[in-house]
Amino acid sequence: MQRYSGFGLAKHALSHHENWERQWRNPVPKKQYDVIIVGGGGHGLATAYYLAKNHGITNVAVVEKGWLGGGNTARNTTIVRSNYLWDESAALYEHAMKLWEGLSQDLNYNVMFSQRGVLNLGHTLQDMRDIQRRVNANRLNGIDGEVLDAQGVQDIVPIMDCSKNARYPVLGASWQPRAGVARHDAVAWGFARAADALGVDILQQTEVTGFKIRDGQVFGVHTNRGDIEAKTVGCVAAGNSSVLAKMAGFTLPLESHPLQALVSEPLKPVLDTVVMSNHVHGYISQTDKGDLVIGAGIDGYNGYGQRGSYATVEHTLQAIVEMFPIFSRVRMNRQWGGIVDTCPDACPILSKTPVKGLFFNCGWGTGGFKATPGSGHVFAASLAKGEMHPIAAPFSIDRFHTGALVDEHGAAGVAH
Amino acid sequence: MFHIYCPHCAEHREEEEFHPKGQAHIARPMDPEACSDEEWGDYLFFRDNPRGIHHELWVHAVGCRKFFNITRNTVSYEILETYKVGEQPTITAESLSQDKKMTADGVTVADGGLQTEGESDSAVNTSKEAKV
Repeated sequence: MQRYSGFGLAKHALSHHENWERQWRNPVPKKQYDVIIVGGGGHGLATAYYLAKNHGITNVAVVEKGWLGGGNTARNTTIVRSNYLWDESAALYEHAMKLWEGLSQDLNYNVMFSQRGVLNLGHTLQDMRDIQRRVNANRLNGIDGEVLDAQGVQDIVPIMDCSKNARYPVLGASWQPRAGVARHDAVAWGFARAADALGVDILQQTEVTGFKIRDGQVFGVHTNRGDIEAKTVGCVAAGNSSVLAKMAGFTLPLESHPLQALVSEPLKPVLDTVVMSNHVHGYISQTDKGDLVIGAGIDGYNGYGQRGSYATVEHTLQAIVEMFPIFSRVRMNRQWGGIVDTCPDACPILSKTPVKGLFFNCGWGTGGFKATPGSGHVFAASLAKGEMHPIAAPFSIDRFHTGALVDEHGAAGVAH
Repeated sequence: MFHIYCPHCAEHREEEEFHPKGQAHIARPMDPEACSDEEWGDYLFFRDNPRGIHHELWVHAVGCRKFFNITRNTVSYEILETYKVGEQPTITAESLSQDKKMTADGVTVADGGLQTEGESDSAVNTSKEAKV
C-alpha cells in the first residue's frame, strides 16, 4: 500500500496526480476463505480490517452485492456520539468513540472526524429530567457530557431560536463536546484500503444468493459468481439482514424501514456544531462544504425501496424551521432514503445464530454510522474467537426470548 | 405519498391520515400464561419483514379510527389491496408467484398501482399463510 503523506502529495503533484495507485484490488473470488463477511458497508469493512489487523486472519473475503459503502454508509447524516443511557450501549458506543479519535492515523486515511460537539435539546420539563439523568449516567460511565440551560445553548448556537416565544421553547440541552461528524464515504474507503493492504479480498458486485449449511454448520455461501467456502460467515447487511436470515432458515426481530435525509444548497459557515431535537424531531449539521445535512425519523411502514413519503420530509423541515427560523428560505438540493433495520428495543444485534459458524451484526436501526469502528472491532473479535466479545455479549439475539432487552428507545436522545 | 383506500370509509384518503401498525395477522396466543419464553418472545418481537409482498395492519388514525389491513409490495411500495380485519387477503406472495397476472377488478391508485376494494368475488383466495 502506498502510504499517504504530505510528501507523497507533493511528489505526485510533479506527475499531475496521474500515477496514484488504486486504493484496493479487484480480485477474482477464491474457492475458500477462513472468514466471509457479507456486506461491504462501513461495519463489514471495519470487521474485515480488524480481523486482519488484530487477529491475524487475513484470508478474508468481503462480499458486496453493489459497490463499497453504497448503502447506508453513504446515506446517513454522519453524526458520531456516545451519550447513550444504558451501561451496555454506552460501553459499545464509547468503545467506538475511542477508536474514532485515532482512526485517521490508524488507517492512514483522512476520515475527516471533526469533534464539533452534539447538542440534544430539551423542550419540556420531562425532556430536561431525562437529559439530567442521561448526562449523569454518561459521566458515571466516563463519557463526557454537560447539561446546559437555554442561555448555554444560545451561546453555542447563536442562530437558534431560544426565545420563550417559540412554539416549543428550548429549555436546555445535553452537550457532548467530544461528539461530532465524520466523512462517511472516507470511512468505507479508508477501511477498505487498509483491509485490502493486509490481504483481504473485497468482492464487489457479488451477491449472496444462499448459504451452504450442513448439519447445522455453515460452510460457505452461494453467490452469483459461484460458491465460496468458509467455516465462519459474518453477515453485516443492515436493511437486508432479514432476507439473509430467511435464506439461512430463521427469522430476526427486525423491521426494515425507509429513513430519509436531505441536504441543502451550500451556504457560508453558519452552524459549527450538531443540533438534535428528539421533541420536535429533527437534527441538523453543516458539512465542511457548506451544505446543511438534515435528518429525522423513519417512515413508519416497512420498506426496502430506499425512498420514503413526502410527508415525512415535510415534518422534518417543519422541525428544523421551528428551531432555526433563519433557514426558512434555504433551498434543498437532494433528498434520499436508506433502509434501516430497526430492533424492538432500538439496540443492535451482534450475535451467534441457530446456525453454527454464522454470525449476524445487524439491527443498528437509525444509528449505526457512529458505531462503525467499534462494531467492526468487537465483531471481528467475536468471529476470531467464536465467542461474543464482552462488549457485544449483551446484544445477543437471545435477549428477545430472555427479556433482557437494552431498552434505549427514546431514552438516549435518539431521534427516532 | 400513499393514496390509501379505507375499507371502512369506502374512500381514498391521503397517507397522513393513517398510521402503519406493523405486520398483520399475528394471532395473540390463546393462553398467554402457558407460553414458553420462546413462544412469547416470538409473538412479541419476531416479524416476517419480507422483501416483496407484505400484509400489514394500518389504522385510519384521523379518520374513522378503525383498523384494517393492507397488502403492499415493500420494494415498489405498490398497494395491492386493502381489506377489513377478520378478512383474508386475496393477494399473497404465493398467489402472485403462481399467477403473475394481477386481478383485473380494482381501482388504479395515484401512484399508478392497482388496488382492489376489499374482497373481490372473482379473485380466488389462495392464501395458506394467513391465520386470522
